[in-house]
Order: sequence, then C-alpha cells, then structure tokens
Amino acid sequence: MSKNSEYLIERENKQYEVIIGLEVHAQVTSESKLFSQSSTKFGAEPNTQVSLVDAAFPGMLPVINEFCIEQAIKTGIGLKAKINKKSVFDRKNYFYADLPQGYQISQYKYPIVGEGKVILDMPNGQKEIGIERLHLEQDAGKSIHDIDPNNTLVDLNRSGVALMEIVSKPDLRSPDEVNVYIKKLRSIMRYLGTCDGNMQEGSLRADVNVSVRLKGETEFGTRCEIKNVNSIKFMQMAIISEANRQIDLLEEGKEIDQETRLFDTKRNETRSMRSKEDAHDYRYFPDPDLLPLEISQELIEKIKSDIPELPDEKKKRFIDKFNLSPYEATILVSDIETSNFFEEVIKNSDIKLASNWITGELFAVLNEKNLEISQSPVSAKNLSKLINLIKDGTISGKIAKTVFEQMIDGDQDPLIIVKEKGLKQESDPKAIEELINKVIENNSDKVAEYKSGKDKLFGFFVGQAMKESKGKGNPQLINKILKEKLNG
Amino acid sequence: MSDITSQSLFELTSNIKEKKLSSEEITKVFIDRAEKSKKLNVYVTDNFEKAIDQSKKFDSNPNFDLKLPGIPIAVKDLFCTNGVRTTAGSKILNNFVPTYESTVTQNLWSQGAILLGKLNCDEFAMGSSNETSFFGNVQNPVGENLVPGGSSGGSSAAVAANLTPVTIGTDTGGSIRQPASFTGTVGLKPTYGSCSRYGIVAFASSLDQAGPMTKNVRDCSMLLEVISSFDQKDSTSIDYKRNCYSKELSKDIKGKKIGIPKEYRVDNMPDEIEQLWKNGISYAKGCGAEIIDISLPHTNYALPTYYIVAPAEASSNLARYDGVKYGFRSPGQNLIEMYEKTRSEGFGDEVKRRIMIGTYVLSSGYYDAYYLKAQKVRQLIKKDFDDAFSKVDAILTPSTPSSAFKIGEKTNDPVSMYLNDIFTVPINLAGLPGISIPAGKDKNNYPLGLQVIGKPFDEQNILNISYALEDKINFKNDISDWWLSE
Repeated sequence: MSKNSEYLIERENKQYEVIIGLEVHAQVTSESKLFSQSSTKFGAEPNTQVSLVDAAFPGMLPVINEFCIEQAIKTGIGLKAKINKKSVFDRKNYFYADLPQGYQISQYKYPIVGEGKVILDMPNGQKEIGIERLHLEQDAGKSIHDIDPNNTLVDLNRSGVALMEIVSKPDLRSPDEVNVYIKKLRSIMRYLGTCDGNMQEGSLRADVNVSVRLKGETEFGTRCEIKNVNSIKFMQMAIISEANRQIDLLEEGKEIDQETRLFDTKRNETRSMRSKEDAHDYRYFPDPDLLPLEISQELIEKIKSDIPELPDEKKKRFIDKFNLSPYEATILVSDIETSNFFEEVIKNSDIKLASNWITGELFAVLNEKNLEISQSPVSAKNLSKLINLIKDGTISGKIAKTVFEQMIDGDQDPLIIVKEKGLKQESDPKAIEELINKVIENNSDKVAEYKSGKDKLFGFFVGQAMKESKGKGNPQLINKILKEKLNG
Repeated sequence: MSDITSQSLFELTSNIKEKKLSSEEITKVFIDRAEKSKKLNVYVTDNFEKAIDQSKKFDSNPNFDLKLPGIPIAVKDLFCTNGVRTTAGSKILNNFVPTYESTVTQNLWSQGAILLGKLNCDEFAMGSSNETSFFGNVQNPVGENLVPGGSSGGSSAAVAANLTPVTIGTDTGGSIRQPASFTGTVGLKPTYGSCSRYGIVAFASSLDQAGPMTKNVRDCSMLLEVISSFDQKDSTSIDYKRNCYSKELSKDIKGKKIGIPKEYRVDNMPDEIEQLWKNGISYAKGCGAEIIDISLPHTNYALPTYYIVAPAEASSNLARYDGVKYGFRSPGQNLIEMYEKTRSEGFGDEVKRRIMIGTYVLSSGYYDAYYLKAQKVRQLIKKDFDDAFSKVDAILTPSTPSSAFKIGEKTNDPVSMYLNDIFTVPINLAGLPGISIPAGKDKNNYPLGLQVIGKPFDEQNILNISYALEDKINFKNDISDWWLSE
C-alpha cells in the first residue's frame, strides 16, 4: 500500500499506527444445535427450542452434530486454512444464569481449523490478513433484564447453538480494513452457506482487539479487547474511540492496562469491563463427555470437492473470461446473490452491458429502495431481455432507461413495454433518410452555415433528426446518413 | 421352595417362567420386607404402589421371552427415572423428578423388570460409606452400626438384606466393588464404554460406569447382559459385540493365566486380607489356573491421581446445580448471593470438599502441576495394565484393604476414607472391567471380597473366573435379619 493511504492518528508531529485483531463469532448455518437436536430457528418464543441437553439436566450428555463439524471444515477450506485432523472440545468453566451447564463447550488448545488467510481488495491494491484459527463452540442463552423489575429472565433458545470463532492475526491497520475484512469474511461464508452473516439477528458478532504504537515501532503496544460488537459501524467507531483513548494515555505519559472493555454506542466511548487481574480463570480442560474429534482425509476431500467457486476465484474468472475491470469484478462477486444474478443475466445477454446495468441502474434502485439483490424488483430474466433490446438496436440506451423505470413496477417484460408504448427504435435507413431530408429542407440556412465551415452545427442536425423521430431514431444511423447528406 | 426374597435372580426368573410364582407375588413380598426394614434406610424414594400395578399388568399378559420377566428391582438413586424422584443423595436435587429415563434403567424395563424404588447412596456418589447422603446413613445388614460401603451403599445393603433380587450401582473409583465386598455380595464394574452413562447423574465422566450388584456370579452375568449396550446418546459408549454373558458362563478356567501384582501388598494390610488373597490364589490353582507374579509399578500413584482427576471433573459436572433451572434454590438479593446460598446449603461437606479440590487443580497456574500431570500418570497406570495383560488373562487382588467399619469411624478423616478405594481406583483409571466376589470373613465375621480384573471388554473371562472361584469358596453370608420390625 502506498504511504498516503496509511491510517495514522496524528499528535504533535507524532504519528500513531493502530493495530487491530478480530475474534469473529459466526453462527453456523445448521438446522440443529452443536450438541443437541433442538432447532436453531431465529425469533421463536422464548424457551421453545430447548432440549434437556441445552438446559443441562442431570445425566444429559452432548452428542456432536456432524453437520456443524462439516460446516466448520468447509469454512476452514474457504479461509485457505489447515484443517486439523484431531481437535479437542474443552470445557470453559464459569457461572452465569444463561449458561445452564456452568461451562461452555469450546475448543481451546486444539481447534478444528488452524492458520489461514483472507485477501482484502483495498483501493490501493490487495492486502492479506492472516487467520490464526477457527474453533467451534456453543452459544449461551440470553439473560433479559428489562421485562421484570425484580428478576432477570432467561431464554435458552440460543443455548447450545453452534458458533465458529474466527480469530484473525493482528494484521488489520484501519477501520476501513476492518470493514472490508468483515464483509469479505461474510461473503466467503455466504458463498459456502456456512453462516448467513445476518448481523441484525446476531449471527455475526466480534470482539475487537486494539493497540497503538508510534509509526515505525516494531513491538506491539498493550492491547485492549472490546467485547461483543455487533455491527461494522460500531466496530469502526469503537476502534477510533479506543485508539484515541490509548494515544491520549500515552501522550500523558501513562500506561495502558490490558483489559476487557465494552463499547457504549450512545456515548461513543469504550469503558472498562474488567481488568487483567479480574480476568476469569476459566479452568479449561478437555470435556470428558466427548472423545477427541478425529477427521478423516476422506471427509476433508469430500468437502473440498463440494466447495463452490469462492469470491477470489470468481473475480479472477470474471476478469479473465469476461474482460471485466477488477473494480467491476470486485463489486459483482462481493455477494453471492449479486454474482448469481449477474451470471443469470449474462446467460442470454451481453456481458459488458449486464455489468454496467447491474452496477449502475439496478444498484441505484436497490439502494434507493433499501433492498437486497435477492429482493430485486427486476428479475434477471427481464433485465437480460432489456439488454438484448439495446444490443440488437431495438431501443437506444436512453430509451432503455425509460423502459427500465417502468420495469421496476412489478417486474414487467421490457418487450411488452416497448411494444405497447411504441418505443421501438427506428432503424429503417429509408425512413431515417426521409426525416433527415425533412430536417435539411426546414433548415436550409443552417445547412449553408454548416457547409461554410461551422462544423459544430452537426450536433444541431442530430438533435433535430432525433426530435423528428420522437426519440426513436437509431442514433448511429442518423449520424451516418446525416454525414452523407451534409458532406456529400 | 425357599423364601422368595432370598432367591437368586436366576431362581426367580425360572419360577416366573414356570409359573410357580407371579410377578405380583414376588413384588409384594419384597415390598412387605422393605416395610419392615426401614431401619436399614436403603430407600430414598419407593415406587411400591406403581410397582404392584405394573406387576399385575405383567401377570395379566406375561412375556416369558424377556430376560427379567416381571422381576421387581430397586436401583441406585443416581439413575434418572422418568416420573420418579431422583436425588443423587443430595439436598440440591431433593425435589427433582426427571422427565426422562437413563439408558441403563430403560434396558431393565425393556426386559420386563419393574422399578421397586430408588436406593440411598453417597451424595453424588462421593463417598465410601454412604455417610455423605443427605438422606442419612445406611445400615449394613451384616451388623448393626456398620457401614455398607459406598457410594452404592443402599444398593449393596438392599441386595444383602434381600430387599431386591439384584440391583444396579455406579462405580467411579470402587463404588460398586467396595460396598459389594463390605456386604458379602457380588459387584461388577464393566469396561468404560460398556454401559451407557446417559441419564446417570454424573460424578466424574471419564470414570463413571454403571454395573450389576447381585447375590452371586450367575445373576451378575444375567444382569450385565441386560444393561450393557451401545448408546448413541453417550459419545463415550463403545460399539462392540457384547457376549451372552449368562449363556457363555463357565467354570472351566483351566490354563487361564492369573496375575498377582506385588504392589497390592500394601503397608499395614491386615493379615486376614493377606490370608484371603492367599486362599484365592490356591482356589484359582485348584481350578487349574496358572498363577503368575506381575508388577503394576505405578499402583502407588493411582489414589492421588484419582483424587485429582475425579474432583476436577466433578467440580465442572456439578456446576449445573446452581438453583436456576431445577432442584433446590435458596433465594438471594442478586445472582451471586443466590448461587452462594444455594450451593452452600444444597451440597454436603464431602461434595464441597471435592468441588474445591477440583477447582483448585484446574486453576490457572496449577493445571500443569496437578491435572495435566495426573493425566500423564493415568496413562502410565493404563500402560502398566497393558503390559501385564500381555502376560496374563486376568489379575486377582483383594477388593478392599479392610472389612466394613463402624458408622462414624472415618467421617473425620477423609484420607483414611479415601484409602478404602486403594485397590479399586486403578481399574477405573485404566477403564478396565473388575468384579468383587465375597471370598471370606474377618475375625468379626464380616465379609471380605476378592477382585478379579480383566482386559477391556473381557467381562466374560472375569465372570468365568469368578464363577469358578465362587464355587470353590462356597461363601455363605451370615445375616440374622436383626433389623426387622413387625
């Protein structure tokens, strides 16, 4: 990356660099929980999706949901990471009302997935972010403090839901990179179908580790961990606020305490949750109810063979095969729904036009209406029809925009719109010649001026001819015939 | 026909199948005797009314193909039983009624057995004398004010006192074999992974196993056959072909190599234990077995290893008893206070002691020195047995270093209490099958047991050796029914 794009915080001729590492908690897409058969569906009535295992009744035992294991392996492959053939489930012991077992089953020393990487497309080029590990763990339930004035209520629907904790290396250097990283991670998992990435429903959350150091330093500063931030915007705000807090301390000659902090979104500041001294002793040890998890090469190979084309590969293909610019390709592959839409459109229509129309007109409409591409008011089928109408000269690009505006209203067929409104482009050379003759007749004075050297008037004639054709004249044809007539 | 309650399981099933006895008749006789045996305090919860209904139901449409046709059985109160209170001997589960059935008890009912009730045990199976139970001491029918052993003390006493034909207990460090030894009964701890742990209140997950407790070896083989099964609900359950233990039971042990580990000759071992062992060896020889001296060099470390591993797992397993979801709750001003009051009042001293030991050995800074080291030693103990079993087919040892002791004798000395399990814990640490059979008496006429240890999944072999020894030993329990009331 070039120097001027570095994210640095300045203080009296000093420049501070911000070091960020993320622990992303991604809910595994799975019908049932990690160690029980209860449903994981979001939004059910409290405590309706709770098995005896989830509520930790006496004598209940966890049984691994193989599907969640496969999902974690799949995600690991998507992160170009090492899949560990042997991993261990540990118990993380702590007391809380929404943690029925009194421990969370997680993976500590031996995670299912080891080191990997994620490539970020930044404005100044690509940047690689290292992945430290990915491990599987159970989610806890939810404590609700604001319904009953005297009691805390507990909903165990989430208790036991499978999460993947994806830990990055401290390779991120700016809020922008964090934005792109989370989006890329989300995109990869959505391509794989391993996490829906729905931040509103809590399917994707992150603990953010932040430290600062003077530019040029090689040692890391003392880091603070900001717990459980649930949107990219808040992550970015928390990072900026926390980095500035740390720099202020350093500037005052104070030390930074390693601690866990919370981000107060209303006040836009982080505050201390617990210091290192108060850190929990989780007393991790291997869960004796579960044998070490052994994964065969065969299973890894089987999962590998089912891995769909991922964003990086798809982008390369779009550039190589479709001749798209890296910028266009990046936009089109960023979300699997978008790339699927694009590929559907280009099955029967021009690639370049499809790319322009999707990233231009269609995105503008989606943005304006705040819709996902899966909710697009114009189907891929009808968009490709519209593109074909442009390509074969039936309508001009300008008319196409008018047609498109009408298509939005209930995904109308552009062929029908063009026919009903009589918007078909006039491409008969004889008809064009006739109307040009008319224009020349009606503007003999301008013709004389043109012929005497006033070249600029050519545009005037084009405009008049277009007007005469009620906007339907084929622009290329008008140009061509006008030139012949005027210059001939 | 002898008194019904003194009949073996084998006799009772034969009599039922031959229609000489009805299930109702048998069930009522056991209930009658239980009503007169309250002094022993074996029952925490009885199921007598329902049991009679079920026995009538069985008799109205009997299925004699079942392995336990209409046989009433009381079980240790550590097995969750659907609709019947399950306490684990603890105040904290005093009011707990499961809505589910443990796999092992389900196996009993599926073969026609009928639940008589839930038997007293040490709190969360932590104890060697049944004195830690919230529901009070159990009297050993062998003699007044004598402990029945533990933790399956209610179970051993119930079998010895003819209050149930057979029973099932659980064994984490000797909790089946030691009480069997103290009461002159037979108790078998199967190979880890043989019997499902699903629905058994957990003490130490990597050590807990359910097993049969019976009057004789044949009954033991019959009951093991019923309770041992592969279960997908327990991830540590092992899928292997189980024998028809009772059908394959044989006294022919000619040529079997039986190991005698020198490390089991502990300091201060009473002469009568030494003598018992010698007798066992000569009986084995008499059966045609070959006696081989072996060494299990890490035996000395088994007890300390056990008292790190078991409390560590227990401290985590018992975290779920927090007053939030079920069981006893003592209200507090806030969450922490509720936890503290609930667990302080809900657990007894021994359970608290082990939770504290377990929490300590898992703590940051101590984990490597205690828990991790204990796991390493556990591997060495396992390896000792692997090496020994390359030379022998089974191992013969005493079951306990002493006979039953007086109630209250060891309650203030946990270490001397823990030493009771010195011969039994290594077998749990190694995951092996072990059986205790009554083999003699001490000077007070209290029973003493011998332990036969087998290779993994080799229950048939130790049953056969025990069957042959039982025949030679010809042990007779001398129980006077001193506790009976009118």
